[in-house]
Amino acid sequence: MSDSCAAPDQDAALPASVDIEKETVLTGTVVNGEGELVQGAYVRLLDGSGEFTAEVVTGEGGQFRFFAAPGKWTLRALSRYGDATGEVEAARGLNETKLAVSR
Amino acid sequence: MAREDVLVTADWAEENLDTPGVVFVEVDEDASAYDYGHIKGAVKIDWKDDLQDPIRRDFVNQEQFSQLLSERGISNDDTVVLYGGNNNWFAAYAYWYFKLYGHEDVKLLDGGRKKWELDARDVTAEVVKREPTNYVAKPLNWDLRAKRDEVEAAIGVKNLIDVRSPDEYAGRLLAPAHLPQEQSQRAGHIPTALSVPWSKAANEDGTFKSEAELRELYVGEAGLDETKSTIAYCRIGERSSHTWFALRELLGYEDVKNYDGSWTEYGSLVGVPIALGDEPGTK
Repeated sequence: MSDSCAAPDQDAALPASVDIEKETVLTGTVVNGEGELVQGAYVRLLDGSGEFTAEVVTGEGGQFRFFAAPGKWTLRALSRYGDATGEVEAARGLNETKLAVSR
Repeated sequence: MAREDVLVTADWAEENLDTPGVVFVEVDEDASAYDYGHIKGAVKIDWKDDLQDPIRRDFVNQEQFSQLLSERGISNDDTVVLYGGNNNWFAAYAYWYFKLYGHEDVKLLDGGRKKWELDARDVTAEVVKREPTNYVAKPLNWDLRAKRDEVEAAIGVKNLIDVRSPDEYAGRLLAPAHLPQEQSQRAGHIPTALSVPWSKAANEDGTFKSEAELRELYVGEAGLDETKSTIAYCRIGERSSHTWFALRELLGYEDVKNYDGSWTEYGSLVGVPIALGDEPGTK
């Protein structure tokens, strides 16, 4: 169990304790206008009503990951290269999204 | 208290990086963020290694806090500017410590590390070395900290503000959505607690909303009773430090406490009342 509320390393492999059969994981990468992976982007997870749920910072691989529940979610990326928004209809298991940020 | 007494802008910070008597302190949970790059001259405080007691579940005491600030080269009369990741959660948590231990002049960098990075301002990996000082912390100010019995007694009596996400409040999740959900304590919230997620107090770039917006949020929308004392809580007490800052330091309510035991303590207590669902519930 993590004893803090801060974001774990986003590039790390899924912890062995995470049961992918039970968890709903929203994951993906942030890329800029040139298609390069963006490190240090802020990715926010908003729920079905647009309410903020969580935020993580992408690591070297431009990756983000959330543990949520099945349903409709919005992903919002902020970076020095610009912003992006993506809609996800998540199901149990892995749900992957690419967010392309632009001004 | 005016906003400029407790918050500094990124522009102000950039102009005062070399001002004598101003010390920048980055407070993170993820220590590697600081090592990768920090504001020039800033020293580091680690949320866990530096601010928690290594054995008991409690935070550092008066002597440990004095020793920490002495080692970091911070003096009692310095202006301390705190900033960090996670929308300043841990910086706000450290701000609360500085107030608990009686530091006179402490401020938050509005927007923290996030706003600084989104603005593409300079960071450096340069090692910072300050001369050790002889910092003397004051005794802990219990006017700012709530303990569990006081929280239970506050049900239906004081304002209780639950600043976790709506799903954590309702008992649908046990932790924020970026963390695995394996905790074993009970889900839900303290009966009569109003749900005002910490994030509503902040703009997308991590800066605090205006005082007018904050007052509308807590009083207008959530129904905070301005004539009563207030206790804020979250899961482990750092998101609620952010809200404690908004209520006490920005809006100027006098009796506002942070319950740092928060849900990981309350949700594990035997026999205490718990409310489930989106409504505050009754006593």
